[in-house]
Amino acid sequence: MTQAFRIDNGGLVDREKKLSFKFNGKTYFGYQGDTLASALLANGVHLVGRSFKYHRPRGFFGAGVDEPYAVVQLYRNGETEPNVKATEQELFEGLEAKSVNCWPSVNFDIGAINNFLRIFLPAGFYYKTFMWPKSFWYRIYEPFIRKAAGLGVASTKHDKERYEHKYEYCDLLIAGSGPSGLASAYAAAKNGAKVILAEDKPRFGGSLLTSDVNIGNQSGKDWAEGIIAELKTMPNVVVKNRSQIFGYYDHNMLVMSEKVSDHLPSTKKYHPNKRLWYIRAKEVLISSGSIERPIVFGNNDTPGVMLSSAAKEYLKVYGVLVGRKPLVFTNNDSGYETAIEFKKHGVDPIVLDSRKNPESEIIDEAKNLGINIKNSYVVVAAQGYKKVKSADIANISEDKKQLGKIENIQCDCICVSGFWTPTIHLASQSGNKTKFKEEIDAFVPGQSKQNEITLGAANGVFSLEETLKTSFTAGSELSKKITKNDYKIAIPNVVEKKSSQHDKFWCVPLPKGKNYKRFLDFQNDVAVSDVEIALREGYRSIEHVKRYTTLGMATDQGKTSNLNGLQLVSEIENKVVPAVGHTTFRPPYTPVSIGAIVGREVGKHSKPTRKSPMHLWHEKNNAVFVDAGVWLRPRYYRRGNENLFEGSKREAKNVRTNVGVCDVTTLGKIDIKGPDAAELLNRVYTNAWLKLPVGKARYGVMLREDGIVMDDGTTTRISENHYHMTTTTAQAANVLSHLEYYLQLVWPELNVNVVSTTEQWAGAAIAGPKSRDLLQKLFPNSDVSNEGLPFMGYMEGDLFGVKARIYRISFSGELAYEVNVESDYGNFMWEKIIEAGEEFNIQPYGTEALSTLRIEMGHVAGSELDGRTIPFDNALEGLVSKKKDFIGKRSLQRSAFIAEDRQRIVGVVPLDKQTSIPEGSHLVKDDKAPLPNPKLGHISASCWSVEYDNPFSLAILKDGKNMIGQKLFAMSPLKNKVIPVEIVSSHYVDPKGERVRS
Amino acid sequence: MLYINCPHCGMRSQNEFSYGGDASVKRPELNKEISDKEWDDFVYNRKSLRGKHLELWQHISGCRQWIKVERDTATHEIFKTFKADEEVA
Ligand SMILES: [Zn+2]
Repeated sequence: MTQAFRIDNGGLVDREKKLSFKFNGKTYFGYQGDTLASALLANGVHLVGRSFKYHRPRGFFGAGVDEPYAVVQLYRNGETEPNVKATEQELFEGLEAKSVNCWPSVNFDIGAINNFLRIFLPAGFYYKTFMWPKSFWYRIYEPFIRKAAGLGVASTKHDKERYEHKYEYCDLLIAGSGPSGLASAYAAAKNGAKVILAEDKPRFGGSLLTSDVNIGNQSGKDWAEGIIAELKTMPNVVVKNRSQIFGYYDHNMLVMSEKVSDHLPSTKKYHPNKRLWYIRAKEVLISSGSIERPIVFGNNDTPGVMLSSAAKEYLKVYGVLVGRKPLVFTNNDSGYETAIEFKKHGVDPIVLDSRKNPESEIIDEAKNLGINIKNSYVVVAAQGYKKVKSADIANISEDKKQLGKIENIQCDCICVSGFWTPTIHLASQSGNKTKFKEEIDAFVPGQSKQNEITLGAANGVFSLEETLKTSFTAGSELSKKITKNDYKIAIPNVVEKKSSQHDKFWCVPLPKGKNYKRFLDFQNDVAVSDVEIALREGYRSIEHVKRYTTLGMATDQGKTSNLNGLQLVSEIENKVVPAVGHTTFRPPYTPVSIGAIVGREVGKHSKPTRKSPMHLWHEKNNAVFVDAGVWLRPRYYRRGNENLFEGSKREAKNVRTNVGVCDVTTLGKIDIKGPDAAELLNRVYTNAWLKLPVGKARYGVMLREDGIVMDDGTTTRISENHYHMTTTTAQAANVLSHLEYYLQLVWPELNVNVVSTTEQWAGAAIAGPKSRDLLQKLFPNSDVSNEGLPFMGYMEGDLFGVKARIYRISFSGELAYEVNVESDYGNFMWEKIIEAGEEFNIQPYGTEALSTLRIEMGHVAGSELDGRTIPFDNALEGLVSKKKDFIGKRSLQRSAFIAEDRQRIVGVVPLDKQTSIPEGSHLVKDDKAPLPNPKLGHISASCWSVEYDNPFSLAILKDGKNMIGQKLFAMSPLKNKVIPVEIVSSHYVDPKGERVRS
Repeated sequence: MLYINCPHCGMRSQNEFSYGGDASVKRPELNKEISDKEWDDFVYNRKSLRGKHLELWQHISGCRQWIKVERDTATHEIFKTFKADEEVA
């Protein structure tokens, strides 16, 4: 294929580097420096897709971020990405893209039948039609909408690309590298400020790349290149292209998406695909420019109808003619600039100007070049289905209500200019209250809320001279405040052509007897008639009109449609545009890849994995791990073909008969020191702590101020003013914050320090009737007899040269000890325990056996301390002091907490002694009662009792105290089970607690 | 994301902090008889102000100090921050 629409010379593409690419399976050629859009246009391809709702043929409307519909599915290096704008995607060798919204092909699309049915698809169609019958929604309507809608298909494969996040701080962040961005960046940089200049396009310069101006005796483009080159050499400046600032958040935090690799055939090794920058700026200068807005006329969505600025950009930047018979339709001077460019390249355009007698330097130049200009003329409708073939044009009356005789003229593209809309998205996101500027028929930023200022065209200033002056000044002044430097800049001379006033005209009336679709929003297929329907049906607020018609929604965010939509509402409602107001601009300004937002937090990086020092040993010994918060803990150690049930039963039984060892490193540990440590514990725990002797441990329960149990654990008095607190694995961080809160804010007079030592200690629980024998073997020089180290006693010991702390505490209900050593010796300790324990038939046990052991004993854990229970509910009221005050005590007087039939922990055994009761089952009196069956309680934890060899569960049951011996039903609708059960004591094994003291 | 001036560490992003609620709430003294209403007010009842609000934050991924932050709940403007024991002017 030849590039038939590429001019011989001109443009900024590199003609030495020819690239091949595929679009809808067909191979084409373009040049390095092209976008997919410019390369397709160079090959005369205008048909890129089908529209969202009516599946009408769609081409290119813009040349960059303003493009509403040239969205393609991109294939790159074995990956696919939906929702890629052809006008933003840079061409690379081997690029492949496909049209979206069409089946079976862009040229023959079955969905286009919607176009002929469009009378049935007006505004609110989905809301009205798909409402009933309700049962149709999932089966019929939703699949239909999903298939018909959408802007491409997300890949279901794992994304091989890498994405990075970066945090950055700067004095001035400048969004956009047009004349205002360059001038302000330069001035600030010269004052030594730390500057970040961001440009979303590959090339810097913004409008200077396409406008015919001179700055300081150079072309605008050359001036821009010079400034950028100098900025790049300055160490205090970061200059970024392909980087879109898409969101402005609180406290001058902006987020920018940098396309690092999208323009390359594949991502370089060690490079990310995209980088997301979180930038905290002292000052923000918004120089995001403006977007040309369309004039609305019949069939204005036909491929070949595009913004005049886009046609100019394709010609000046890419050397591509969008047509050989162009028609320019304008209400201001910008259209003439495009016409002049065409003429300079040997193409004869016709200019239709809606104004009667416009006069300006630009118009004079066009006249001098001999361009055919028709004043008071408009395009009534574009003709042609897949491409513009001709245009119906007519004279228009001065009041813009009456059309003259319709004439049809041949053309192959219609370049339209309805004047300019400042890009105020970022300013609006920052909280700036925008205001309507009559002279330009558009909104501009008003009073700043954060440290932001908007300059140049984004602020509605279209004179280059004024833009440069204000921007140099703003850059100087803002940076001077920060750096105290005051570099004087000579503002360069500017040569630009003066423009005349634009015409406040935006929509061509329909000729008699014709009902052409006149589109406002090209991406969402919203036409003038849709907005008319919405208003007729009573929608008044612009926010409601937006949602009912989808005007200005989706990825386009109304970039080209916003103001024309407002003009229409204001006309019908007979209100001025500022009274109609605009919809809220929300981030992101342009679509951002989910991958970029997620960054590196994928797979194992999504959260840290904490492992105990004995983790490798567990792995080597066939541990099956389970997530416990961010910790990995052995659930059981598999032997042969054992399953979880068999393995955990074996391990639990071995603890009850011999001795087991469990890794308890994950338990939260807090070191508490200071003369008031005992007083703190006394206030934090429900029981008394002032008289705990040195060398003793005590079990404690702590409450929240609302009386609910927060956590439990043992705390040991290591020495006079030194305590070691343990918390549950899950609550470790919360308990530390809780203690810090009271020490720092409520009782600062207490002289106590707390610090987390969870990671400083490795812990092993040694449990079972033979645990003392094992301990004696491990600590031959210590007296670990029942007298030497009684229940709840503490001592220090020497473990083959390693200092160890030995606590006689038990969670399993057996005679048990917990040994702690410094983390680095954790594995040493573990191996010694296993080695010494061999003669006692030691087995390591995991969390599943640990659960079994504690459930049988009626010891509570997280499933009972679930943020809904008080001490009484857990049969812990014996630990609640009546004498002293403590956190949450006053709440325990609440009437619900002292009710006679208050819920309480009980044991539950199935009557058949066979059927395990699913956790979460509800306990009910009558399994046949009508729904909702009154719930008396729920199963909190279940196990297979190794002591009695039958299922056993714990439950929190209403009036549990008086329910022992009752027969109820455990119902699990989830597992479809109804199990007759008997309520028993929660202390199923060793109810007197003799074993722990033996 | 808010930008909070920790009086101990300096300007830090919000993701280093955790929120701790209304800082004007005073815990009743220990061992003091108080009415149900007073206790309920302390535990549950908050004004949920629109506008200037004195609140607690903990610099949880930093110095771990609890600090007081005077913030506008509608605009997110932060006027001043205080150490835990600092008098709020
Ligand atoms: Zn701090």
